[in-house]
Amino acid sequence: MISTQRLLTALSFALALALSASAYGVVTVGVTLSATGPAASLGIPEKNTFELLGEPVVAGQKVHFIILDDKSDTTEAVKNTRKLISEDKVDVIIGSTVTPNSLAMRDVVAEAEVPMISMAASALIIAPIDPKTRWVFKTPQNDSLMADAIAVHMRAGGVRTMGFIGFNDAYGDSWLNEMRRSAQTAGIKIVAEEKYNRNDTSVTGQVLKLLAAQPDAILIAGSGTPAATPHKDLVARGYKGRIYQTHGVANADFLRVVGADGNGAFLPAGPLLVYEQLPESNPVKKSAAEYVTLYEAKYGAGSRTTFGGHAWDAYALLQRAIPEALKRAQPGTQAFRNALRDALENSHEVAASNGVFNITPGDHNGMDNRARVMVKIDNGKWLLTK
Amino acid sequence: MDLSIAALLAQDGITNGAIYALLALALVLVFTVTRVIFVAAGEFVAYGTLTLAALQLGKSPGTVGLLVGLALCAGAMECVAAARRRSARLLSRRLALYVAAPLTLAAVVHFAAPLQLPLPVQIVLAVASVTALGPLLYRVAYQPLAEASVLVLLIVSVAVHFVLLGLGLWFFGAEGSRTPAFTHASFRVGGVNISGQSLLVLLFSLLLIGALYLFFERTLYGKALRATALNRVGARLVGISPNLAGTLTFLLAALLGAFSGVLIGPITTVYYDSGFLVSLKGFVGAIIGGLASYPLAAAGSLLVGLLESFSSFWASAYKEVIVFTLIVPVLLWRSLTTQHEDDEHE
Repeated sequence: MISTQRLLTALSFALALALSASAYGVVTVGVTLSATGPAASLGIPEKNTFELLGEPVVAGQKVHFIILDDKSDTTEAVKNTRKLISEDKVDVIIGSTVTPNSLAMRDVVAEAEVPMISMAASALIIAPIDPKTRWVFKTPQNDSLMADAIAVHMRAGGVRTMGFIGFNDAYGDSWLNEMRRSAQTAGIKIVAEEKYNRNDTSVTGQVLKLLAAQPDAILIAGSGTPAATPHKDLVARGYKGRIYQTHGVANADFLRVVGADGNGAFLPAGPLLVYEQLPESNPVKKSAAEYVTLYEAKYGAGSRTTFGGHAWDAYALLQRAIPEALKRAQPGTQAFRNALRDALENSHEVAASNGVFNITPGDHNGMDNRARVMVKIDNGKWLLTK
Repeated sequence: MDLSIAALLAQDGITNGAIYALLALALVLVFTVTRVIFVAAGEFVAYGTLTLAALQLGKSPGTVGLLVGLALCAGAMECVAAARRRSARLLSRRLALYVAAPLTLAAVVHFAAPLQLPLPVQIVLAVASVTALGPLLYRVAYQPLAEASVLVLLIVSVAVHFVLLGLGLWFFGAEGSRTPAFTHASFRVGGVNISGQSLLVLLFSLLLIGALYLFFERTLYGKALRATALNRVGARLVGISPNLAGTLTFLLAALLGAFSGVLIGPITTVYYDSGFLVSLKGFVGAIIGGLASYPLAAAGSLLVGLLESFSSFWASAYKEVIVFTLIVPVLLWRSLTTQHEDDEHE
């Protein structure tokens, strides 16, 4: 018996040694995302993207991803973040998929002084810059950038009045606020504001009310296939004005469900959705092409989503920041985490799949108009419009 | 609001109410016969639509895998039970029922999937494969605990709900699906368009309810179920097997769920987690009927459908709040007017 015990002790020592040896020279990235629950349609492509990356080598260091699922739940996201920081001693956190989770995670990363890159959209995650948001970056475009694109496009098309129907949650509320601002700037009047739930079996009531207000255009602020429900109902009830969607619908499933009713609708989206149609000179094209080719080779043609792109872009930022940080410290130390944060904050002209990042101490997103294109739905395809 | 808008909203409310009514019937049926609060009823709706949608795409639906898994589980449980009894009597019959039949069905659906058969055949396949899950689920999850308290059975139901929900995400993905409309016809009555699809939903719901009525009134099995619902011990004494009653009940409940799914598929987009909310609204309807009365449950569900439709017009942000608040006055009224009977005493 004793010899077995000794053997076990020796083995565990050897294992501990092996582990500590491998911890040297490995950048550990903790990822928490919403692969199940209401945000699963966004979280799954992000998870797929990290699985696609595998264990890449950056500047002689292995980048090791630890991926956890937070079930689209805020408490779970915070728990995951604490676990990644205290148990796995990660150098940087990527996540989460949705805004409420990312907002809650900020406290944890700021307290532990670990940089974090969020894949959620709201500008509230990174603004205003204070001791807490100092540690937080994000890759998706701000909603305001997309709302402006819609307002400008509407204005150019002669739209004077618009109706709004959006999710009855943080996503819809945030869009409504941004759209009110953008519409006012463009001189467009919002004549009807309606809410619906992701799982609603019918939106007839809301659609009838929108139609009664007779707007020139209607914006549907939903994500994924649930955004098709009001869209199809509007078309079925004979709405003749323009229909706008948000970049939340940019996946193949939406096209499948909305079918022919989607024809002629407009949406702002990250350029990777239509990278083939971009001119060669576009700085985004190379990264987008690399990402989409890899992704679709594994998950099937047409499986690209801009959400997966946000995960790819988080890695693109790290790819640029890790060599800088290595000049100052070794991975696994607090000095490295500080250095990584500083390097991320100095990301200059990083061309990724959804846009070009110019992160500064005052703007932890750093995207500009190159991060959006207007897309038209045309017979089940995304068509780049000028 | 003018009359035409009211008519459209009423039409929408009645269509949805008819589907809630089917689920309310399933919930009442399962509760009265087996005392199980069938939380997972909604999953059968979602599985029904999504299985049909998968068949439409020519893909073998995940339901097939679940069918095989459950059948093997049930088969193993039957073998263990037979070994414990030390008698192989009835074993072959039960294995045929719980293993051979579902496996055959699974094989048929799996190999028929890529053939792009006509819609009615696909509907039959989808409804059959989802309905078959009902009795298997009863055999695997509920039958071993059939004598447990209502609370234990409720906890099992919640567990079954979460398992089916998780499997649904795995089988069908996070995004929703629609199935093609049965008909594109629409009629104009007094200046209001009535879509053929909602008429069909109503018609099929009424047909199903009528068929259930005939089943309970005219057939021996139906009468056995009613007897079990009235008095479990008494029914046992006259030779009605509680296991048979439970299996039959779950078969009917799964059929109602799967059929609701097929009916709702062309009207709205269904997601893997859509079912829960639909069944919750059916549950509100069933509560109005005190989880005991079929006509009251059906009427309550129609009320829920109408209330939902009109509140989505007036106050879309508070629609769910309004619908679920309905349960409070109903419960108050019921607890004040009905004599309380303790269900655990028999």
